[in-house]
Amino acid sequence: MKKVAETTYNKICAMNDIPHNAGVCALVDGKQIALFRIGDKNELYAISNYDPFSKANVISRGIVGTMGEIPKVVSPIYKQQFNLTNGQCIDNPKVSIPTYPIREQGGAIYVSAIENC
Amino acid sequence: MNSKHKIVIIGNGMVGHRFIEELVDKDFRDNFSITTFCEEKNLAYDRVSLSTYFNGKTKEDLSLMPEGYYEENGVEIFIGDKAESIDRKAKVVKSAGGREVHYDTLVLATGSYPFVPPIQGQKQYYFEGYRAFECGDHKQHIHVYRTIDDLDAIKASASKSEIGTVIGGGLLGLECANALKNLGLKTHVVDRGPSLMGVQIDAEGGIVLRAKIEESGVQVHTSKSTKLISSGKEARYQLQFDDGTYLETDILVFSSGIRPRDEIARKAGLKIGDKGGIVIDSECRTSDEDIFAIGECALWNGQIFGLVSPGYKMAGVAADIITAQGDRRFEGADMSTKLKLIGVDVASIGDSHGRTEGSRSFSFRDELKGTYKKIVISPEGNRLLGAILIGGVEEYGTLQQMMLNEMTLPKDPGSLILPTTEEAAAGVGLDTLPEAAIICSCHNVTKGELMKSVQDGATTIGEIKTATCASTGCGGCSTMCKQLLDNELAKRGVDVNTDLCEHFPYTRQELYGLIRVKGIRNFETLLAEHGHGAGCEICKPAVASILAACWNEYILKDEHYGLQDTNDRMLANMQKDGTYSIVPRVAGGEITPEKLIALGEIAKKWNLYTKITGGQRIDLFGARQEQLPLIWEDLVAVGFESGHAYGKALRTVKSCVGSTWCRYGQQDSVGLAVEIETRYKGLRTPHKLKMAVSGCTRECAEAQGKDVGIIATDLGWNLYVCGNGGMKPRHADLLAADLNKESLIKYIDRFLMYYVRTADRLQRTAPWLENIEGGVEHLKAVIIEDSLGIAEQLEGEMAHIIDTYQCEWKTTVASPEKRKRFRMFVNSDETDNNVIFVEERGQIRPATDDEKFELGVSRKEVFE
Ligand code: SRM
Ligand SMILES: Cc1cc2nc3c(=O)[nH]c(=O)nc-3n(C[C@H](O)[C@H](O)[C@H](O)COP(=O)(O)OP(=O)(O)OC[C@H]3O[C@@H](n4cnc5c(N)ncnc54)[C@H](O)[C@@H]3O)c2cc1C
Ligand code: SF4
Ligand code: FES
Repeated sequence: MKKVAETTYNKICAMNDIPHNAGVCALVDGKQIALFRIGDKNELYAISNYDPFSKANVISRGIVGTMGEIPKVVSPIYKQQFNLTNGQCIDNPKVSIPTYPIREQGGAIYVSAIENC
Repeated sequence: MNSKHKIVIIGNGMVGHRFIEELVDKDFRDNFSITTFCEEKNLAYDRVSLSTYFNGKTKEDLSLMPEGYYEENGVEIFIGDKAESIDRKAKVVKSAGGREVHYDTLVLATGSYPFVPPIQGQKQYYFEGYRAFECGDHKQHIHVYRTIDDLDAIKASASKSEIGTVIGGGLLGLECANALKNLGLKTHVVDRGPSLMGVQIDAEGGIVLRAKIEESGVQVHTSKSTKLISSGKEARYQLQFDDGTYLETDILVFSSGIRPRDEIARKAGLKIGDKGGIVIDSECRTSDEDIFAIGECALWNGQIFGLVSPGYKMAGVAADIITAQGDRRFEGADMSTKLKLIGVDVASIGDSHGRTEGSRSFSFRDELKGTYKKIVISPEGNRLLGAILIGGVEEYGTLQQMMLNEMTLPKDPGSLILPTTEEAAAGVGLDTLPEAAIICSCHNVTKGELMKSVQDGATTIGEIKTATCASTGCGGCSTMCKQLLDNELAKRGVDVNTDLCEHFPYTRQELYGLIRVKGIRNFETLLAEHGHGAGCEICKPAVASILAACWNEYILKDEHYGLQDTNDRMLANMQKDGTYSIVPRVAGGEITPEKLIALGEIAKKWNLYTKITGGQRIDLFGARQEQLPLIWEDLVAVGFESGHAYGKALRTVKSCVGSTWCRYGQQDSVGLAVEIETRYKGLRTPHKLKMAVSGCTRECAEAQGKDVGIIATDLGWNLYVCGNGGMKPRHADLLAADLNKESLIKYIDRFLMYYVRTADRLQRTAPWLENIEGGVEHLKAVIIEDSLGIAEQLEGEMAHIIDTYQCEWKTTVASPEKRKRFRMFVNSDETDNNVIFVEERGQIRPATDDEKFELGVSRKEVFE
């Protein structure tokens, strides 16, 4: 994974603003990014909010869960599954969506709008 | 430039495109390059479904490929450029657009064109290729029916016309007539022959079909040959027939058969059949070994195949041969067809006319129902050769399988088409079907292929889908696929896995038991004690529903929030653009003028699209996520409650007006509907639940199509259960007759809680009952006679639900914390800029991709 310079992180919200085991959407440098907080350890994921199948901005409203060890989110419109760690669509190997760097510091959430690669 | 083998394809229709898909699947890129000429201005689209373009399907819907498919796969395509000639010596194709493209292998997939019979007119009509040109003033009103462009032209002239006429009463002609009728035209069909669909069905069938079609308002004229088209007196044109009669019409569509488009092959000197068609062998090769022909332009063994699936087979064969990967050969195809024409089911199988020497036939005609069924059997009487079915085509699959697989006929072949008796209906189960039986007709997947995928290790429907494509089209075959999978697994001694999902080794019923008996109150506890992993989109909503049915807590409580499915999470129904629709409860469909006005005012204030639903209430569309609590604040203020249109819950109790006003009414059906809707509102169930109450046996509320249906009698109420509309309609069964209201309610309580307790996830009451051993008799025993001794328990559970009801929206708008969840962005008050509405018929609707593009939303946002 490419290392992203610290300065590109934007402060978004408090950790508790992301409902546990669910998501919210953030607007970061004009990009819609879905943020998720999952499990006992509050694992954080940031992934594009745009669902290429329905062409609607809805990923943050999907159900999260696991498939084997893979953490995933399921698009709420036509139910395609996406791997939260790398944006790969699990049902269609030809499709993937961007993920973004996200971290927590002092109870606040920071996200960068520069895609992971 | 490069040393790759160059494949050039002429024609980007259904078959030309399938050929490219076959190459893509073979990972052609290292060794081949592909170029294709596409004469039409649209890339390959679903011509078979062309008529749906008139029912609101768009070009994008009909397109056979995702946006950017060719670019991504490195396929070069020249859109709107027609290939004009082939120089076989130099191996070059020249196009109308001036291109000269070299090929190593050439594939012709030029399809066919509609044949237009030579007819004299005062004005002269010319047809170049298949497009009509007239040297008069209104060429736009004479058409053919083949391409999206043709349909655009027909639509445009229909808007200026009243009468439409189709020349040709075959399959396509009738489809076209239906389209004209749906465009609001007074419609005629004219055929030269004595009856309709002469190719597929016999004269007697033609009579039954004609009667049905005329019933729908389309006028049929047979044995009429058009000899002259002149200007009309009352309408635009006058058709003069050779028997001296005439017909006037504003629009004329020719649908008099198709002819292969072999002109370019002809010019290049390839071998052409006597009646047209590019001659190919079983490798789909033409008389030039570097040139192939596939689809409707190809002539194999003296036969043209005017259907898409033989064309697809040819595409596969050509791809195998050209890439030298695979060994498929073309060996003919079954031309059986099943379709719905102007609302009439029609099917034709094999030798439907009985042309085989010595064949015998057996037919059955029911004038009351308007059905006609005929089978043609071999001279020895032991094989099925063909069949015709009109008005009811349930037997199609079985008969087609019998014909294709040369199965031995039953002793009394007539039983195959006689009205089904119960024994006969049980006749063809999955096990008796041969391996060649096609289970998924969308993707031509046979029983054998499905069985093989299980042998190769598939254990879930998902794996079967990936391995065979079955069940990824219309989905109509999914139940059969699942049954087949279960059968095969059971045969192999594999335990059929009935686990809810990978996180819980239990069925839904078992989880319900655990939650209820152990008093488990949230998902985390259940997962810790009985599951593993983190849950998924299958178990989470299922458990949320069970928790709600047991304890009835507010579903947006923090610990339940993430479990809820899309719609439950926002207490509204998500639409295709990510906005929501709102359906307030209108119990029994009864609404005061004040409330109706209030609803209108609120819709106007928030600029929402309004529509009356099929459930006797009003749906408000186009609410943005962040507006939901604000709109509901207004709705709650004037006394509306959630209608649970978003939940697997009670939806509506439909009513007819009943004895209060209606001269036939036996009881107050509206009163009862309001009462039971109020009683059961908010109840969460394995799938959605619908009810209805009719005031007499005329059944205006369609109660027998509902999960719970009630019909008034002079003595009380009849209770029906487990009806269904939707995909697989089922008439409800009578559970008990002439009940007084008290017993009626008691039985419904028990029925509902028994369903909640024992059904599978997402199983409506109809399939639930179908799967209960003992069927409705078992239900009667449990509900009326209390054979399991649980009646009181069930009633108690229902009482708890009723006592703890709360309007979810009322609770939500009152909580500032919960309202935060509806913000579009956690860090901004902006709104989703990809949600754009345009106006149609005086109201908003979501903009299409093209409209968004025109409105200046960036291409990336629209198309990527
Ligand atoms: C709004 C409405 C159409 C309309 O404009 O009239 C509608 C709209 C939808 N129906 Fe329906 N159905 C509507 C009445 C019906 C009816 C008629 C009725 O209820 O009398 C039926 C047939 C009766 C029945 O269910 O037995 C009906 C059978 C279905 C089915 C097929 C169910 C089945 O068992 O085969 C589905 C798919 C499903 O539930 O899996 C469905 C699914 C849907 C969904 C949820 C599709 C979706 O996932 O987006 C639609 C979303 C509603 C929304 O966004 O608001 N809708 N749907 C009707 C709402 C009624 C209401 O007031 O609540
Ligand atoms: C209204 C309608 C309903 C139908 N319903 C059914 C059905 O229910 N079931 C069924 O099986 N079949 C149905 N069919 C038939 C089915 O559509 C055809 O069998 C199928 O499209 C044939 O595919 P094809 O690729 O051979 O030809 P086409 O789909 O016609 O494609 C040929 C393409 O090649 C292009 N072309 C021709 N010459 C050139 C050239 N020189 N240069 C460049 N391009 C060229 C044409 O413009 C065309 O786009 C229906 C057809 C119609 C019109
Ligand atoms: S069902 Fe009976 S009471 Fe209801 S409207 Fe029809 S006739 Fe009248
Ligand atoms: S029949 Fe299998 S998906 Fe349509």
